[in-house]
Amino acid sequence: MSANVDTTLPLEYQTEQNRLNILGFWIFLGAEIILFATLFGVYGVLYERYAGGPTHKDIFVIKDVMIQTLLLLTSSFTMGLAIFEMRLHNLKRLITWLIITLVLGAGFLFMEINEFIHYVHEGATMQTSAFLSSLFVLLGTHGAHVTLGIGWAIMVIIQLAKRGLTPVTARKTFIIGLYWHFLDVVWIFIFTFVYLKGLVG
Amino acid sequence: MEKIMKGFPLSHVIGFVFSLILTFGAAGIALKTDLSFKVIMWIIGSLAIMQAGIQLFMFMHLREGEDGKTNVLNILYGVFMAVVIVAGSIWVLSSGHAH
Repeated sequence: MSANVDTTLPLEYQTEQNRLNILGFWIFLGAEIILFATLFGVYGVLYERYAGGPTHKDIFVIKDVMIQTLLLLTSSFTMGLAIFEMRLHNLKRLITWLIITLVLGAGFLFMEINEFIHYVHEGATMQTSAFLSSLFVLLGTHGAHVTLGIGWAIMVIIQLAKRGLTPVTARKTFIIGLYWHFLDVVWIFIFTFVYLKGLVG
Repeated sequence: MEKIMKGFPLSHVIGFVFSLILTFGAAGIALKTDLSFKVIMWIIGSLAIMQAGIQLFMFMHLREGEDGKTNVLNILYGVFMAVVIVAGSIWVLSSGHAH
């Protein structure tokens, strides 16, 4: 571990290594913004190319979209509470909030998989039209990130349970927290510029 | 980080309540009003940006730590590039060939 430990800071900022890792993760999130921007760009160009297939209004179910949104929004909130408890050094509460976050995230994923199954049953597959190709790629990339995040957070929880709160485990928890909030930010834009836009126009 | 935390996560709760209001507000404006498509998109687009701001500042503590300024610049640059990519792609690919 790096030498200059500043114990006046929260655990995750105490070592130089931790500060660099957190900075590095913010830069990664900058790259993630670009990744999703390219997918939003593709969707924005192709979203009316139905090729005779189903349109937004044929397949989107607003009630399910609202449930997905609330699940992810609440999970972002509970992730915030987890980090809040981490800074109060409440390991048990931290792990409890992390598990609640993951349950909500899994609920979101369950809804999204059902959504995809529903679309395919309606005859809306990835191959049907340019609109649907770009839709599935955008939603699928976000869903893949959520899936990865769940697996990642489970490993962090295991480390927390085994090693307790140290500068290293605190930093790892803080970074998965940033990742999880970021996924909610992406979802806000999917909610607005895919679902709501599709149901207005 | 600047304020020593007490037992209640006030800023998180406020952020969450605002997120809910913005989400339902956007859905209500998009689905329950008769405004034109353009007006609705401008309103709900602004609401989305506000909500992203809540996540970044109230949940992710973007400005926190000694690299706070770097983080803000990094994310602003990311957002700028995102706008160029999305708006630029749509502009070039959907208006160019039509004329």
